[in-house]
Amino acid sequence: MATTESRQAILDRLTSRVVDANPLPTIDPSRLTTFEDPIAKFAEMLAFVGGEAHQVDRIEEVREILSKNPVFADATRIASVVPAAIQGNVDASQVDDPHALSSLDWVIARGEFMVAENGAIWVDGSTLPHRVMLFIPQYLAIVVSRNEIVSNMHEAYQRIGTPKPGFGVFVSGPSKTADIEQSLVLGAHGCRKLQVFLVP
Amino acid sequence: MGALPIIDHPDASREFVTNKARSHWHDEALWFVRSKRDKQAHSVPEWEYLREQASEVKTHTIANLDRYLVEFEKNATAMGATVHWASDAADHNRIVHQILKDHGTLRIVKSKSMLTEECGLNHYLEDNGIEVVDTDLGERIVQLRHETPSHIVLPAIHIKKEEVGETFHTHLGTDKGASDPQYLTEAARGHLRGKFLSGEIGITGVNFGIADTGGIVVCTNEGNADLGVSLPRVHIACMGIEKLLPRHQDLAIFTRLLARSATGQPITSYTSHFHGPRDANSELHIVLVDNGRSKLRESETFRHALHCIRCGACMNTCPVYRRSGGHSYRTTVPGPIGSVLSPARDSKAHKSLPYACSLCGSCTDVCPVKIPLHHQLLAWRKELVGQDRMPKSKTVPMKAASYLFQHPKLFALAGKAGRTALRWLPHFATHNRLNKWTIARELPLPPKESFRDWYRKNRG
Amino acid sequence: MSVALFVPCYVDQFYPDVAIATLELLERLGVDVVFPQGQTCCGQPMANTGCTEDARPVAKRNVAMFADYDAVVCPSGSCTSMVRNHYDQFFDSGDTAFQHVKSRTFELCEYLYDVLEVRKLDVRFPHRVSLHQSCHGLRELRLGPSSEVMTPRVDKMRSLLDMVADLEWSLPTRVDECCGFGGTFAVDEAELSASMGRDRIADHLSTGSEVIVSADMSCLMHMQGLIRREKNPTQVMHIAQVLVGRPIKELAKTE
Repeated sequence: MATTESRQAILDRLTSRVVDANPLPTIDPSRLTTFEDPIAKFAEMLAFVGGEAHQVDRIEEVREILSKNPVFADATRIASVVPAAIQGNVDASQVDDPHALSSLDWVIARGEFMVAENGAIWVDGSTLPHRVMLFIPQYLAIVVSRNEIVSNMHEAYQRIGTPKPGFGVFVSGPSKTADIEQSLVLGAHGCRKLQVFLVP
Repeated sequence: MGALPIIDHPDASREFVTNKARSHWHDEALWFVRSKRDKQAHSVPEWEYLREQASEVKTHTIANLDRYLVEFEKNATAMGATVHWASDAADHNRIVHQILKDHGTLRIVKSKSMLTEECGLNHYLEDNGIEVVDTDLGERIVQLRHETPSHIVLPAIHIKKEEVGETFHTHLGTDKGASDPQYLTEAARGHLRGKFLSGEIGITGVNFGIADTGGIVVCTNEGNADLGVSLPRVHIACMGIEKLLPRHQDLAIFTRLLARSATGQPITSYTSHFHGPRDANSELHIVLVDNGRSKLRESETFRHALHCIRCGACMNTCPVYRRSGGHSYRTTVPGPIGSVLSPARDSKAHKSLPYACSLCGSCTDVCPVKIPLHHQLLAWRKELVGQDRMPKSKTVPMKAASYLFQHPKLFALAGKAGRTALRWLPHFATHNRLNKWTIARELPLPPKESFRDWYRKNRG
Repeated sequence: MSVALFVPCYVDQFYPDVAIATLELLERLGVDVVFPQGQTCCGQPMANTGCTEDARPVAKRNVAMFADYDAVVCPSGSCTSMVRNHYDQFFDSGDTAFQHVKSRTFELCEYLYDVLEVRKLDVRFPHRVSLHQSCHGLRELRLGPSSEVMTPRVDKMRSLLDMVADLEWSLPTRVDECCGFGGTFAVDEAELSASMGRDRIADHLSTGSEVIVSADMSCLMHMQGLIRREKNPTQVMHIAQVLVGRPIKELAKTE
C-alpha cells in the first residue's frame, strides 16, 4: 500500500471506532517531590549513575582538576565549547564531516541545567558544532552553572518550554551496558566517563 | 514470520525449565533487575500518582489517536521531518527499503527497536542485499548468534558470558575462553565503532512521539542510537502509532517511569529529543506503523494493552517468564504483555500463552502504566474458549465439574468416592505419568470424612 | 446477625480441619455462624480456564445459597476474590442479591481484622513461622502490602499472627512471590508450576522456619505435595488453625 493509502486506512479505522475517554490530566505540582538541597541530590544521583560531580568556585579550577586526571593529561585531541574552562586543540566548527571527529579523546560540552532527581544534565544540541561530539569522544566533561538546577523532570520540561527544530538530550552518567550477564560496564559506545563541573 | 510450527508453551519451555541450573540462573538475573526496580520505585514518593497519571494520559491518547497522529504529522513535517504511514509490517519494510534505495545505501546501523523485530526488518533488508548491524550490545550478540532477543530490554539475558565469549571469539577474534564482561564489552566497542563509522543510514526505534511538537524521543544507555544517527545524514525512526504522547510536558511522567521500571535506573543515560533533521543537508524519516494496533484499539477488553511503553518490568517480575525464558513464548514480545498482544495477532498460534500464567497479578502491580495484565490474560482464556480454540481435554473436565458443582449430593458422593479411592488405591495407581499433578507432587492425604460430614455430625 | 461459612470445595473434601478451625475460631469470637449445606464451589476452576459458561450456573447457585445471610466468611483469598472481583460478568449490576453477596463476602482475615476488629487473641504458637502470601489475597483483595506497589497497607495476616503468643517470624527473601499453584496452571504447566513451588519452599525454609502458614489452602496443598514428595520435615498450616490454637502437627493428623 502506498503511504497515502496507508495513512487513510489507519485514520479511517481509528475514526470509525469512537472511544470515550477522560480529558487529559494535569499534574498537580504539590504532589511532586522537590529537594531542599538539589545540588547535593544531583551529586548523589550522578555518582549513582556512574558520573562524577565537581563543585568549583572559579572556572579555572576545571583545568586544574582535569589536569590531575591521567586520561586527560594524556589526551591528544580535545574539543571544547567552553573555552573559558578548557581551550581545546580541535576546532570542531571547522570540521564539515562528523566522521572526522571519531578520534576525539575529550569533549568539553556545556549543560543548560541539571535535574536533581536523576543526575541528568540537559544539553542543547545547538551549543555544539556537531551533535556527535557528545557521543563519539572517549571522555566527556560537561560544564554547567550551579544555579541552573531543577528538582524533577516536570520542572525540567517546563524549563525547556516549546522546543525549536533541533536536538536536545538529557545525559545521565557515562555510556553503559549490562547486556552481558547483568554485569555493569561503563563505556559501551559513548563516553567511558562523565565529569560534570558545577561552576558559579 | 509466522513460519514456525505451533508449539504450545509447556513444550516450548520444557528444555529451559527442566535445566534447573540455567532456569535458576535466569530467574536470579531477572529478579535482581526487579529488585533494583523496587528500590527506584520506593525512592519516588509520588510513584503511584505517576502511574495513575501515565495511565490516564495513555487512555486519553489511545481514545483520540487519530487526532493526535494528524497533529504529530503536521508538527513533525513543520520541523522538517518526513512522515510515512505503514498499515502493516510489509508496508513498513517496503518504506524503509525505499528510503535506502533512494540513497543507494548498502550498510545500515540500527539501534534497538522491537517494532523492527516485530516487522522482521532485518531479514527483509538482508534478503535485499543490505548489511544490517544491530548496535545495541545485547542485540549484536543475538544477531551474531543468529538468534532473536529473548527480552525486549535485555535481549541477551538468556546467554551466559562464556557463550558470549565463544561468539566473540568466532566473530570478533577475542581471546579463546575469555568471558570477562568488561573485556568482551570493550571488544564490542571497538568492533561496533567501525560499523558506526561506515554506517550509511541510521535506524532507530522511538520511545515517545510528541504530538504538540512533532518530536521523537529515543532512550538508550549505551549511546548507540545517538552514535548511529549523528554520523550519517539520514535517520529513519520507526514508531508504533501507540507510542504517541499528546504534550511535550507528558514526557516528564514517562521518562520518570520508564527506566526505573525497566532496569532500576533513575533515567536512561541518554534521553534524546529529535525535532526535525540535523541540518539542511540531512533527513529525518519517521515511519508510523499500525500493524494491528488500530484493530486492538477496537477491543474494549484489550485496548489498554496499547498503553505499553515496552519497559519489560512485567517480564522481570513474571515467575513464569523468569523460569521459562523469553524464547519459550515464540513471539517478538514475550512475557505477560506479549501473551496479551500475541493472541490478538493470531489466536490459533498463540493460544497457549494466556495459560502460561498462574494469575499471580504481579505484572499488573508492577506495570508503570497500569495495564491490568493478569485480568487481560484471564479475558483471553474466555475469548479462546469462546472461539473454540481450546482442546476438549481442557474444556470437557470443566463441563463435568460444573455439573458436579450444581448437584451438591453428587458432589458429596464423588468427593467421598475420590477420597476413598485415594486411600485404598496403591500409590502407583494414583501417582503416575497420566496424572500431571503427581509428576512432581504427592496428592493430599485424603481424610475419612469431609467437612460437610463432620458438620452434620457435630453441628447438625 | 447470621453469618454463613463459605468453604472452598477442596477444603471441604481434603482439609476439613481448616474449615473446622475457621468455624471454631468464629464461634469463639461470638459469631453466630452456620454452614449452608447445599454449597459446593465458587466456580473459579471453570472461570480461570476460560469456561465462563460452565462457571455461570455455579456462580448463580453460589449467590442464591448465600443471599439471605448478613455476611459470608471464607477461609480463602482466592475464592473470596472470585465472588468479589470476578462475578460481575454473570449478573446484572442491578441484581440486589448479587450485590449483597458481593459486598458481604469476606475473606477470613479481613473479616477478623476489619469487621470484628480483633486486636488480641488468647492463643500460643511457639514456632518459627514463615508467612506465605497468596497472590489473590494480596493482589486482588489487598490483604496486605504487595512488594510491587508503593501504597502503604496494613498486613492483616501478619497483624493477626502478631497477636499469637510466642510465634517467631522467619520470613522468605522474596516476600510475596507466587508459589506456582494457579489452579489448572498446576497441571497445564506442570514442570513450571513444580519449579516455582520448589523455589518458594526453599525460600520459606532458608530462614529456618518450621511451618509455612497461609490464608489460602490451595497454595499450601501444592507446596505440601512437593514437600512430601521430597520427604521434607516442614509443615504447612492454614492461618485459621494457628489462630485457633492447633498444635503444629494437627494438619497431618486430620489427614
